[in-house]
Amino acid sequence: MAGQAPAIALTGIDKRFGEVRANSNVNLTVASGSVHGIVGENGAGKSTLMSILYGFYEADRGTIHIHGHEVRIRSPKEAIAAGIGMVHQHFMLVDPLSVIDNVMLGAEGGALLSKGEQHIRAALAQLGQDYGLVIDPDAIVGDLPVGLQQRVEILKALVRGADILILDEPTAVLTPDEAEQLFELLRMLAAQGKTVILITHKLHEIMAVTDHVSVMRRGEMVATLETVQTSPAQLADQMVGRHVLLDVSKGPAHLGPVRLSVENLVIRDAHGSLRVKNISFDIRAGEILGLAGVAGNGQRELLEALAGISAPTLGRILLDGEDLTHLAPTPAERRAQGLLHIPEDRQRMGLVPAFSAAESMILGFQSDKDFGAGPLLSMAAIEAHTVKEMDLYDIRPRDASLKTAKFSGGNQQKIVLAREIEHHPKVLLVGQPTRGVDVGAIEFIHKRLIALRDAGVAILLVSVELDEIMSLSDRIIVMCGGVITGERTPEKTNDRDLGLLMAGVTERVA
Amino acid sequence: MSAPLEIPKWADVSLVPILAVIVAFLIAGLVVLGIGESPVKATVLLVNGALGSGEGIGYTLYYATNFIFTGLAVAIAFHAGLFNIGGEGQATMGGLGVALVCLKIDFLPWYFVLPLAILGAMAMGALWAFIPGYLQVKRGSHVVITTIMFNFLAATLVVYLLVNVIGKPGSMSPETRVFATSAHLPYLHEAFAFFGIKIPKSPLNLSFILALLASAFVWILVWHTRLGYAIRTVGHSPTAATYAGISIGRITMITMAMSGAFAGMLAVNEILGVQGRLLLEFSSGYGFIGIAVALMGRAHPVGIILASILFGMLYQGGTELSFEMPRVTRDMIVAISGLVILFAGALDGLIRRPVAGVFARLLKSGA
Repeated sequence: MAGQAPAIALTGIDKRFGEVRANSNVNLTVASGSVHGIVGENGAGKSTLMSILYGFYEADRGTIHIHGHEVRIRSPKEAIAAGIGMVHQHFMLVDPLSVIDNVMLGAEGGALLSKGEQHIRAALAQLGQDYGLVIDPDAIVGDLPVGLQQRVEILKALVRGADILILDEPTAVLTPDEAEQLFELLRMLAAQGKTVILITHKLHEIMAVTDHVSVMRRGEMVATLETVQTSPAQLADQMVGRHVLLDVSKGPAHLGPVRLSVENLVIRDAHGSLRVKNISFDIRAGEILGLAGVAGNGQRELLEALAGISAPTLGRILLDGEDLTHLAPTPAERRAQGLLHIPEDRQRMGLVPAFSAAESMILGFQSDKDFGAGPLLSMAAIEAHTVKEMDLYDIRPRDASLKTAKFSGGNQQKIVLAREIEHHPKVLLVGQPTRGVDVGAIEFIHKRLIALRDAGVAILLVSVELDEIMSLSDRIIVMCGGVITGERTPEKTNDRDLGLLMAGVTERVA
Repeated sequence: MSAPLEIPKWADVSLVPILAVIVAFLIAGLVVLGIGESPVKATVLLVNGALGSGEGIGYTLYYATNFIFTGLAVAIAFHAGLFNIGGEGQATMGGLGVALVCLKIDFLPWYFVLPLAILGAMAMGALWAFIPGYLQVKRGSHVVITTIMFNFLAATLVVYLLVNVIGKPGSMSPETRVFATSAHLPYLHEAFAFFGIKIPKSPLNLSFILALLASAFVWILVWHTRLGYAIRTVGHSPTAATYAGISIGRITMITMAMSGAFAGMLAVNEILGVQGRLLLEFSSGYGFIGIAVALMGRAHPVGIILASILFGMLYQGGTELSFEMPRVTRDMIVAISGLVILFAGALDGLIRRPVAGVFARLLKSGA
């Protein structure tokens, strides 16, 4: 591609929010027709940089060149006019409308829809031909699986003439299979001359699909590398700025007695549909049981029933041999028994984003005697406790009165982790402990979980990240469609084997 | 996805509401100008009427007492994510509570009658808000709908009772007999006179002290008790509350009952303090303005007290203004209050956005 102007050239971009320098003197060059990855920890400035490129913010300083021409992008509208399209992590779709209505939204081309619709229909057909992006234009978006909804987002951008496509954490909501299909599509788009920018913090995705990768750290661009000449370990070190252990080292498990038993559990959700169909398993003291599976196959319902948030329809849950199911199912009761829970959705469940860190630090333990006398809460005692935990778990910034929402994903997760671990669980339920968490914090969280297991806690680890399941678990069970499709030990399985079980194929594959 | 609206907390709680009031007054000034009067003169008359004399201040604080009670009622429900717009009905029922106690036992000395009458007001107000809370928890009927319907139920119930059951025999007007003197909450000028201090006469009574105590109680409750923590958790994130083992239904019912109790205390000021008998429509819109007071006061007791004093000034100063300037009618005063509500409550963002912009620029140039 020598001689051709780069698709994007950002020079000297500065952006400041109050005291925080979100981007400082960032340079980025993206070759036309390539897939370019941008990695960095949460808060490294990736999203800010892309928001500047897409016109949500204007840079304080610096220039943007698109295909060699200097442009000013003051709004998403101007970004679209410059040929930039963006696929957000959270889709901007109207579920009850059809695919064509969603694509047309904002580009109707007049007060009457018929002409615009004809135009869009033709454009969709053309894109289907060019890229194999086939989708029924009259399907209702809400009925489509997530992978296809994402495809609608991509189509929206392409129909508007996008030549540069920005994807923000596109695989966060996809199954491994759907992710693979997305990568294939991205490679094809690049082969046809489109330019793709992929923001992610999953390093294996960078390795799988990108031509070049740029690493951001604390608002600065620290490296731009050719993907073939780097490795996940090198990228992780660059992101964090120090050496990171991606593999978890752990000794053999010292198994104690059975702590948690689940017998023939059946769970119906609020709408009456069967989510967990007759499953049984045990977890011993000093053991991490990994529960693998594609999100939405009953793991969430299982966790909530175990944590006392919802009641199972049938079956028994036993803690140290004592049946919990005949008790009123409340999380408070389970906590009192030593069954603690790190929920998979920390924003909606594990924390209250509007609370201060100190207030979030007592969520679920608001009735503890340590935090006040009688009906009163002592904010001083709570803040002192929080500061102590913040030191122990290296939660940054060390400000107990800062709003929870202002902490990064990794630090928020550490607040939840600190809170639950410090209340001495006998059994710990852990849902997606490293979702949206940066590499440095992942390492920390994994170490803590291993230490807890070595201290004799029984841990149920639910995760959609196979790497995490493989490296932490002593035993692995796989759920698909509400049933357990297999049990393995990490030494005697591999991604492909687990992948088949996750897809519901139960015969043993050699 | 828009630029973050970050402004310092002090500006959020003081500068933004003050600017809102100024904008409201500027627009009200245009209206005054439109009817051919001088807005400057009108403002001077209004402020003078509200604060220019001891009597004026007394009236201002007397009105403010009502707003504090209804403002606290709305605010505490806000903290649990509930919108109680039934303050009118709850206050009316509070009046019924006062009347039932006083009619039965006002032959007893004041130290029996007054506490029981206050408890009666709180209990009836609480009941009238608890029922909608209960219905939302058990039957899924939204409190916004039920509390407003309960306003009408309270009004008609009290009319029925005043006409047929507890009304003064032989009287044409729907009101009870006048309570005995043991059922009279002292005016502040009486209380001060007891200690030998002379202050001007006004309807301001000991309810004002009660309102301040209630404000302190709300501050402690919401931010320094386990119950307040549970209330705020439910208000901010029902899912997190469930996770934490907090019963949303229980908190909803408790909060609504407390909210209703505060609204019911309006009757302590109006019935026990001033009227000395139960009559119709003494709540006269205070329940609704309580919503604006709570919004403007950011659901914080200090903010509510300040906002209440502002509305008290508008009421008192407005009355004086319409005496002095007959062309500025009572309805004009309502319109000015409406403008304040509009800018402080509904159009909050209109003020907040430019303020945030100014702060963003200040920080940028300052660093």
